[in-house]
Amino acid sequence: MTVEDADRRPPVGGARPTPDRERYAGLFAQRTRVMKSSAMRDLMALTERPEIISLAGGLADTTLFPAEDLAKVLSHMAAESSARALQYAPTEGMADIRPALTEVMAAEGMTVDPDEILVTTGGQQVIDLVCKTLVDPGDVIIAEGPTYPGAVPTFSAYEADVVQVELDADGMRIDVLQETLARLDAEGRRPKFIYTIPNFQNPGGVTLSLERRRELVRIAQEREILVLEDNPYGLLRYEGEALPTLYQLDGGRFVVYAGTLSKILSPGIRVGWTLAPAPVRQKMVVGKQGSDLNSSSLSQLMVAYYFRERDWHDYVRRQADVYRARRDVMLDELGRHMPEGATWTTPQGGLFVWLTLPSYFDTTDLLARALQHNVAFVPGRAAYLDGRGGQSARINFSGVHEDDIREGIARIGAVVAEQAELYASLTGSTPPGAGRGRGAAPPGAAGDVADAGAPIVPLRTAGRRRGSR
Amino acid sequence: MRIAVLQGGGSLERQVSLQSSQRVEESLRRQGHEVHGVEVDAGLVARLVALRPDVAFVAVHGEDGEDGTVQELLEVLEIPYTGSGPAACERCWDKVVAKRHFATAGIPTPDAVSLSAAAFKRLGAADAIGRIGERIGWPMVVKPSRQGSALGLRMVRGPEDAPDALMAALSYGDRVLMEHRVDGHDLSVTILGDEALPIVEVHPADADPYSARYTIGQTAFTCPADLEPATTSAAEALALRAFRALGCRGFARVDLLLDRRTRELTVLEVDAVPGLTHTSYLPVAAETAGIGFDALTERLLDLALEGVTDRA
Repeated sequence: MTVEDADRRPPVGGARPTPDRERYAGLFAQRTRVMKSSAMRDLMALTERPEIISLAGGLADTTLFPAEDLAKVLSHMAAESSARALQYAPTEGMADIRPALTEVMAAEGMTVDPDEILVTTGGQQVIDLVCKTLVDPGDVIIAEGPTYPGAVPTFSAYEADVVQVELDADGMRIDVLQETLARLDAEGRRPKFIYTIPNFQNPGGVTLSLERRRELVRIAQEREILVLEDNPYGLLRYEGEALPTLYQLDGGRFVVYAGTLSKILSPGIRVGWTLAPAPVRQKMVVGKQGSDLNSSSLSQLMVAYYFRERDWHDYVRRQADVYRARRDVMLDELGRHMPEGATWTTPQGGLFVWLTLPSYFDTTDLLARALQHNVAFVPGRAAYLDGRGGQSARINFSGVHEDDIREGIARIGAVVAEQAELYASLTGSTPPGAGRGRGAAPPGAAGDVADAGAPIVPLRTAGRRRGSR
Repeated sequence: MRIAVLQGGGSLERQVSLQSSQRVEESLRRQGHEVHGVEVDAGLVARLVALRPDVAFVAVHGEDGEDGTVQELLEVLEIPYTGSGPAACERCWDKVVAKRHFATAGIPTPDAVSLSAAAFKRLGAADAIGRIGERIGWPMVVKPSRQGSALGLRMVRGPEDAPDALMAALSYGDRVLMEHRVDGHDLSVTILGDEALPIVEVHPADADPYSARYTIGQTAFTCPADLEPATTSAAEALALRAFRALGCRGFARVDLLLDRRTRELTVLEVDAVPGLTHTSYLPVAAETAGIGFDALTERLLDLALEGVTDRA
């Protein structure tokens, strides 16, 4: 019996009332069939318990934001612009916020016309609007493997066929991208867009090298495929030189740029933006009208006041200092507690480290064990749509204090060691010792690019320089 | 009545519990009861003492809710509650213990061997996997002995699959059950009071058992199951025997397998706090018997209060 049969089966028991389950199932859209319950998602819900050290989040540490600054900015806004803050706003975004977003773009190395910015409700809405504009059921989206776990439900909701191109220490592998495009050509399928986070990728932690950025832009231009460049963490760089964005290299012809204030100011205000070729942007505006009419006026004005009255650069620098120290602690602790055969990335910025354990680990099962020890991470499968990622995990260092990072990694290490010992006993092998993992370049050497990048599964090329010049 | 709906808890089945309890709360409010959702956490006893409910509706799955812990506390607090008592919950929750009781009572259950993580780590139990396979037959199902919702459950076709499956199961608990896999129809029999409700046959349409269980539309049901009358009677009788053998009270869900080839019935497990979500089997059985969800929750409360008289 198929699912369709189950959804459309007449109520059990003839004239008796329709059970709730079937009453609603019969109304669901086809696309909801991919929106399933999963053990992993339910386990993730447990990570919010207060006793748990959660390295599963992707949070900016908002405790770093001075409360008095917020109070002042809000009170000025209330005094001067109360009516507008409480009113609807244009779908494209308010004029007031445009200088602020233009400043952020300039800090990322881009000069843009403020009028071309479409203000969105977080960067997440850009992903949604791009899909809404471009994707019909069955259309191909190319994404990195692993990709941003939060994009997975969006891609699924639009019934996209997501093809994931693996990463290595230099970001998305362009050779694999080209193979993939050639294969799709042979199948007569043209991808609608390539989704990438070039800086400190979520969840991989790696950065797309300059050479690959150029290649990616060239491919997009030659093939006339759009690239969605998601850049939430670009300004949170802890070492190395900033690289030009794809948008900058392309001149805005085939690259749709997604920006957000979630990581450099506040995720709670839900302010993001996009720059896109005009015909695409116009469709996105219509799509946004249908979604939410406009992004919060209150938030947009708050940002405008904040940028006018405070040194936002300084706040970003302070956050970067704190996150850099937390990253260093995490990398140290991984070196101390992870067994031989484990690898992890050394991010030059951003919020995440991608940890890969020996192949006999399944990190969804491991999370169940870890929760018993009051520690949590994101199982790697959350970052794939094709079932891969089972031996990897995303661990966050930005939202957790240094002592908790130490304790959290020690607990994960203990659980990994316990399971490694079990596996050795199941297979008659020798359990690996702790502190023999790879990829944990000491903080001082973290910029030593030849040694810094551990592979993202599966590794096919090694020894390339990563993320510089 | 003032009713405390116990929910949540820290177990891996917390989300399932929240789905069950939400549905129960809505139902009890529709019937005009004074309903209080009570989270099962460090403040549980204090809240129950302050609230003094007439009855507690236990909608907590997994550890604490299903292993008899919450029930023991409710006994101490002298608050009547839905479902089975602590001892029966303990027996149902641990599949190994349940199987031993089945064996003693002469209730057929698939052959199984249970081993602890320590047996593998310290006693070289891995060397016995081949023999276990020979004894109970391949393929087998490997699952944690104390875990619900099919978490950590894996199919093992031969010895080469065993290490990964055992690793998975032993992530959820320290004891694992290696059970002969019966190629059979999945039957679920609800016992309500002291009678069996119409049998639900379950046809999972998703390879992932968790997704199949809790996603609307991912599992098809046939209810009443399309069985010969003699098989239906035998399944109902067997379910009742299993219910009684473990000392259950009020209601429970008994999972059976009907071997496709031999038509033999075996009992897999008894769930003392079965799910009441929109995709759970028990409400489907009740609906087929003409008992809507509101009537079902009301009946469970009646049984809980009858239990008080019985125990007195």
